[in-house]
Amino acid sequence: MAVAQPKIDLAESLLSRHAAPGPGARWAQEARAAAAARLRAMGAPVRRDEYWKYTDPARLTAAELAPAAPLEPEKEALYGDRAQLKLVFVDGVLDADASDALALDGLTVEPLARALATDIHWARDLYGVLEARGQDPVPRPLAALNTAVAGQGVAIRVSARVATPVTIVNRQRAADSDVVLHHLILLEDGAEMTLLEAGPAGARYNTCLEVDLGRGAQFHHVRTQGRDNERHAITHSFARLAAEASFKAFTLTVNGVLTRNESVIEFTGDDAKAHVAGAAAGDGRFHHDDTVFVTHDGVNCESRQVFKKVLRNGALGVFQGKILVRPGAQQTDGYQISQALLLDEDSQFLAKPELEIYADDVACSHGSTVGAIDEDAMFYLTSRGVSKPDAQDMLVLAFLDEAIQEIEDDALADGMRERLAGWLARRR
Amino acid sequence: MLDIKNLHVKLEEEDKQILKGVDLHVPAGSVHAIMGPNGSGKSTLSYVLAGRDGYEVTEGEATLDGADLLQLEPEERAAAGLFLAFQYPVEIPGVGNMTFLRTALNGQRKARGEPEVNSADFLKLVREKAATLKITNDMLKRPVNMGFSGGEKKRNEILQMAVLEPRMCILDETDSGLDVDAMKLVAEGVNALRDEGRAFLLITHYQRLLDHIQPDAVHIMADGRIAKSGGPELALEVEKNGYAEFEGEVA
Repeated sequence: MAVAQPKIDLAESLLSRHAAPGPGARWAQEARAAAAARLRAMGAPVRRDEYWKYTDPARLTAAELAPAAPLEPEKEALYGDRAQLKLVFVDGVLDADASDALALDGLTVEPLARALATDIHWARDLYGVLEARGQDPVPRPLAALNTAVAGQGVAIRVSARVATPVTIVNRQRAADSDVVLHHLILLEDGAEMTLLEAGPAGARYNTCLEVDLGRGAQFHHVRTQGRDNERHAITHSFARLAAEASFKAFTLTVNGVLTRNESVIEFTGDDAKAHVAGAAAGDGRFHHDDTVFVTHDGVNCESRQVFKKVLRNGALGVFQGKILVRPGAQQTDGYQISQALLLDEDSQFLAKPELEIYADDVACSHGSTVGAIDEDAMFYLTSRGVSKPDAQDMLVLAFLDEAIQEIEDDALADGMRERLAGWLARRR
Repeated sequence: MLDIKNLHVKLEEEDKQILKGVDLHVPAGSVHAIMGPNGSGKSTLSYVLAGRDGYEVTEGEATLDGADLLQLEPEERAAAGLFLAFQYPVEIPGVGNMTFLRTALNGQRKARGEPEVNSADFLKLVREKAATLKITNDMLKRPVNMGFSGGEKKRNEILQMAVLEPRMCILDETDSGLDVDAMKLVAEGVNALRDEGRAFLLITHYQRLLDHIQPDAVHIMADGRIAKSGGPELALEVEKNGYAEFEGEVA
């Protein structure tokens, strides 16, 4: 089908808008050129596209961005005083002075720009590779744009089981920062790491994370999208899992004008596991979109998608989740649940759960529900003397907890609970 | 303690009158029982007193030590000392039993201008009360009423009552679905709370519970009214003759 001219024009405009990312090695230049070609071929996203009908991409692609007031530093969400390797990005640029030394036993970490400028580098087999694989069957034009123009990010190669997490702290200074970040993570066979992420990357941002998991590798990702009220963001996580690998990701989202989190997971080996979860709480001008695509192409793999949203005062939630089971991917265990709790009649949840199965020995289930606060539970709690606001917060936290329980690390999970409780308390 | 005068209540959603002029006086220190056939309005009375939505009071009043109950929110009624043990205790996934109970206790104390109970004292209080009701630590740790048997749920209601120490306790068919042993535990829990400053209103179908909790007065409710009041002997009479006599009046 021919791509409409306005989509092509907008793609050109997007490509021309971002400064050239610097010279780079020949392979990197080729990867960027290939990504630009992909974007031109598929065109920029518009509302009429099947996967953008619930989320208008205009505010992500407009030449003029909506400025966002930078956060005071003390309002940044952080991960306590646990041992961690902290990488600080300011308006999408690595701040070496504010960051810890780029050294941690069991892994190498370097700025993306340096990896892309190195002639012989492992990043060659990853940069734009998973993004390109994730373009079929659903195009993700803003991910292709990201690969084409990104100059900043980190490249991490993990060779052992690393307990100390790597934390990416994003800080926004300029009210009009328009940020593109691209991170690469390669986990060798049997390697393990935890990536924590927090803070606003910019007034508007487009991030891309490519994670390649070797045999038996384990990746844990916990991310908060917090107090940057005026955020317009699109994030992409691409993951490829070899046999027996495990990928577990959780995102907490509150505030923000527009946030779309895309996850694209591919099982290429057998006996692997991927859990993607998200808890979102929105009040008022809040549009939150989880778009997830899991492809099973290995035997006996398990995937779980658990997404919960609490919405009020006209907030809007979107879930588009798909499980694709390729021929031969037998004994697939696929699970998907998306649920919204609407605290008033002005809020809205739009869900599109999809299953596409080409193997006959699989167990796949999905569910999507929209509901209000359970009046019986509310009466029970208040009849015991719990105040109405306390009772509502208890029920909201209980509702979101199913997603938070997907976090394996108890301290991290409790941190998310506290953050949500604080957010709810401030909203009374 | 509890005074109900000429209480008329209809359903909010449909034009159906449930209570048609209930008069009841439950003095402090007493145990009153309300018995009656299905559909006579017993549970409606308990819900209206506790403040559940969905009912409209068209006439009459209900006061607790002179305070107009009907003007108060459910949590205000609780803080004023009213407690309803539910016929069907609600399961609340994701809300821990202990968190719930502590928030409730401190919510009431706060509303009354009393200091909150610290967690050590609270834990001690709950453990002590739970032990007498044979409620295990595991049950306390679970989400509210989740995975509880019918009897465990009813015991959990009595535990809440024991911890919250209300002045006016309404028990709505707390005996239904209980085996003999569970009924004894529940009755012991109630009897332990009997006090000069406290009153009970027991709603039940059967006389059985009243073998274990001796009432001071028994009222028969039929067709939205108190049809007859008397002493404990009235319960025995009903046990023998059924409710036909009262339903007959209606027909």
